[in-house]
Amino acid sequence: MKPLMFAALLLVSGLAQALQVTDDRGIAANFARPPQRIVSLLPSLTETVCELGQCARLVGVDRYSNYPASVKKLPQVGGGLDPNIEAIVALKPDLVLMATSSRAGERLQSLGIKVLALEPKTHADVKRVLETVGQVLGVGDAARVWRVMDAATQAAAQSLPKSMATIRVYFEVDPGPYGAGESSFIGETLTRLGVKNIIPAKLGPFPKLNPEFIVRANPDVIMIGQRSVDSMAQRPGWASMRAMREQRLCVFTPEQSDVLVRPGPRMAEGARLMAQCLVDKAGAQVSATALAIKVESRKP
Amino acid sequence: MNVRQATVLVWVLLLLALGLTALGICVGSAGFENLLQPLLNPLDDPEQTAMAQQIVWDIRLPRTLGAWAAGALLGLAGALAQGLFRNPLADPFLLGSASGASLGVALALAAMGSAGGMMGDGLAFSVFGTGWLTRLGLTGAAFGGAVLAVFLTLALSKGVQHTLRLLLAGVVVGVVLGAMTHLVLLWSPESLQAMQAFMLGSTAFVGWTAFAVMAGVWLLASVAGALLARMLDGLSLGEATAHSLGLPLVPMRLALVAVLALATGAAVAQTGLIAFVGLAAPHLVRSVVKTTHGRLILLSSLMGGVLLMAADTLARWLIAPQELPVGVLTAVLGGGYLLWLMHRGTRGGGLSL
Repeated sequence: MKPLMFAALLLVSGLAQALQVTDDRGIAANFARPPQRIVSLLPSLTETVCELGQCARLVGVDRYSNYPASVKKLPQVGGGLDPNIEAIVALKPDLVLMATSSRAGERLQSLGIKVLALEPKTHADVKRVLETVGQVLGVGDAARVWRVMDAATQAAAQSLPKSMATIRVYFEVDPGPYGAGESSFIGETLTRLGVKNIIPAKLGPFPKLNPEFIVRANPDVIMIGQRSVDSMAQRPGWASMRAMREQRLCVFTPEQSDVLVRPGPRMAEGARLMAQCLVDKAGAQVSATALAIKVESRKP
Repeated sequence: MNVRQATVLVWVLLLLALGLTALGICVGSAGFENLLQPLLNPLDDPEQTAMAQQIVWDIRLPRTLGAWAAGALLGLAGALAQGLFRNPLADPFLLGSASGASLGVALALAAMGSAGGMMGDGLAFSVFGTGWLTRLGLTGAAFGGAVLAVFLTLALSKGVQHTLRLLLAGVVVGVVLGAMTHLVLLWSPESLQAMQAFMLGSTAFVGWTAFAVMAGVWLLASVAGALLARMLDGLSLGEATAHSLGLPLVPMRLALVAVLALATGAAVAQTGLIAFVGLAAPHLVRSVVKTTHGRLILLSSLMGGVLLMAADTLARWLIAPQELPVGVLTAVLGGGYLLWLMHRGTRGGGLSL
């Protein structure tokens, strides 16, 4: 009788043992059961939850979350950095997902709300965040979702001809000008596609550059958002850059820009967008260069 | 004696400006480099020469000269403001022009919507690098805001008869318009990044047009300053004395305020709010030479130009190819030097503000 009871006790305590997850701030949270009412304060985390098929568990999002379309109908609780604490509490969430950079986390925790602060910044982070969220939500197939995304990114890279390796790209995130360096999420995608980035990793992910640096680097292709493109030709000295003269510009709409800059589950789509544009804009140049090299090599 | 000192200082500052222009041409995204070699020997490597020409002529030269012009405008406005208010703490932004310009830019940014940059959460488009229409809009908004704020100050102080009232009205307008700017930004958080760039100032996108505008305004303001200088000298003896000398105080103050608004408005519209040049330049001049307002205006204009030029050169040199906000450097450079002067002054009794 006694051993049986002991075994039962063990079983119960095993069931009751909560899942413990440590977030990017190093703060551990215990989950007795998977949360059912989730507020997400970061677009990429919103997308991650939905990619795992758990969109229905979201009860509120930040004002920048706009994908998938269904989240636009949810109550908005302010921005990631300036969330409305009261609005969040009123939604009675059992989990708030947010970026580590927001200071709202401590306040929410002190109000008794579970907070997971996750800051996806790189491709590796996307995988880690996907797995963590999958674990917390009790969704088993996070690893499979990642494999699909990873394979699609790989496929986008393989759709480019080998000769693209000589193409040098400048990706502008803001007309400050701030560019995307090799160590940024966008830079990682460019590296994955096998093209060169004019901004080396040592300058950091999004350095504010001297505009002259870009003119000198003379990139083959410029990737830029729709709204800043008109002004580019007016910048001193820019009109004579090769990419500007030959209109090798990848101009992305705001929706496409969202896909490109968010380190989230749509990274494969972002890679496809960039690959498509590279083929359209630089494909001809690549064959021309290849020809020029051939001609050059024939010279005595 | 003072005349000779002043003349020497003019030459020193002009030479410094020339030297800094040469240095500014040699400093860019690659740090310090000599582009004269490819410029002067086009036969060696035509492609290199074309690149060097483009960099020097299209980018570095207008930018360097633009920094000088903006600094000169601020220095001139600073000297005028300190003379007008007979207060060593007066700076060109005292009449509310800075906060007026900020409000104008914030409104323009909000009206144009959450534009530009890709990082959805707050990175929006730059104040300095946008299309012709937008650029005109933003420049116009900054200039219009600055001028309107000055008018508001004038209306609040009921004219220019009382300097103290004018000063107080300027402070009030500054605070209220500043609060309104923050309110506008609260409604359109997308413009925060662009606004920050404006607040810290930048010469990164100054081209020939922007330089021409500032240089033109500087010439105009210098002539006006020279004409008004004698009245400022009279005013420095006290209002009663100035009055008894038969100086037309009211029209003169109005003219001064107009020149002040024009000079600061032009500089702010092209380069954003560059702090401290206007305040520091006249003090730096006075620490070297005591002279009449006519010379002080010219000297502090030249001093402001040199100060901003040096700061801009350093801003693109120190962490090339990245850039520091030039406003931060002007504060550190000008502020540090001024503190040192004051420290020296208290020990040796040299400097009086």
